[in-house]
Amino acid sequence: MIKEERHVLVIFPHPDDEAFGVSGTISTYIDMGVPVTYACLTLGEMGRNLGNPPFANRETLPQIRKQELKNAAAAMGLTDLRMMGLRDKTIEFEDDEKMIKLVADLIEDTNPSLIITFYPGLSVHPDHDATGRAVVGAVGRMKESERPTLYTIAFANNTAEILGAPDVIHNVEGAAQKKLNTLNAHASQTVWMMRDMEKRLADKDPEALKWLHEEKFFTYRWE
Amino acid sequence: MEIVKPDQLQELLNSFANKDVYIHLETTNGAYAAHFKEGFFNAGAFIRNVVVKYELGKVAGESPHRVGLKLPSGWIYAQGITHYTVDEHDRLLMAGLDPDGKLAVALEISETPFTY
Repeated sequence: MIKEERHVLVIFPHPDDEAFGVSGTISTYIDMGVPVTYACLTLGEMGRNLGNPPFANRETLPQIRKQELKNAAAAMGLTDLRMMGLRDKTIEFEDDEKMIKLVADLIEDTNPSLIITFYPGLSVHPDHDATGRAVVGAVGRMKESERPTLYTIAFANNTAEILGAPDVIHNVEGAAQKKLNTLNAHASQTVWMMRDMEKRLADKDPEALKWLHEEKFFTYRWE
Repeated sequence: MEIVKPDQLQELLNSFANKDVYIHLETTNGAYAAHFKEGFFNAGAFIRNVVVKYELGKVAGESPHRVGLKLPSGWIYAQGITHYTVDEHDRLLMAGLDPDGKLAVALEISETPFTY
């Protein structure tokens, strides 16, 4: 059961961050008529997958990933996609106040009842952690009564130790095809993984099906 | 990008010598290296749009090649270069791709600035 929301704001640093664990949720909200805004901070300019033989180079990759991001948005039915123009792998080196203001402006503009982002410190990639930090920084400054709920993704190897089990589990089975389409839209990043995953899904591998049908979040707890 | 032909790359390196050029230099193991292999010591470096003027550029060794640029008072080099291209902006883009097609090193030279 997915709770009705006024507006959902999704903030991630890289095209494809939304695909793996949130695209089913985004598609489901859109099907429910809940407006969703996705702010993607970079174009994944520093992605390493160029193929061998290569299909891209360091300078053409951003344009490829930009188009993939637009295709992914279309696959989810998402119409409010915002590309924020920062550079991959540099988020943590930006001015912290600038990052908090970027998030605060998005909140003011969209008035979300729910924000989805990464859990700061448990999200492995420095850009993920820095994005989560900026969101927690911006929401933490709001009056407690006005704060949107914060659903976070965490996948560091020590996540269970620190946070326990995720407290929000969305069944997104109804959006499974849209989720697969979203993942496939990011082909430059996912083509190898999806080859393996589609085989596992065809074999009805229970873990793969669970990965497709369940999306899990940790509600951020304010101290 | 195509596999480096050392003679052609050498000519291209010569063509950028003694001019003000913008450099992109990057080495990386990927941000997830220590996540997938616990204890992995993840190191890398990145510079972009630093202007230099080199007096001698050389490609050395068998593939993966080494490429070095001698500056009036310093050096730039990259090792592991496997592929190169000259793009539509006349920029010389060199990269080292591992067998899976993942970039491990990049060295790029341009007379005009790279995007942000």
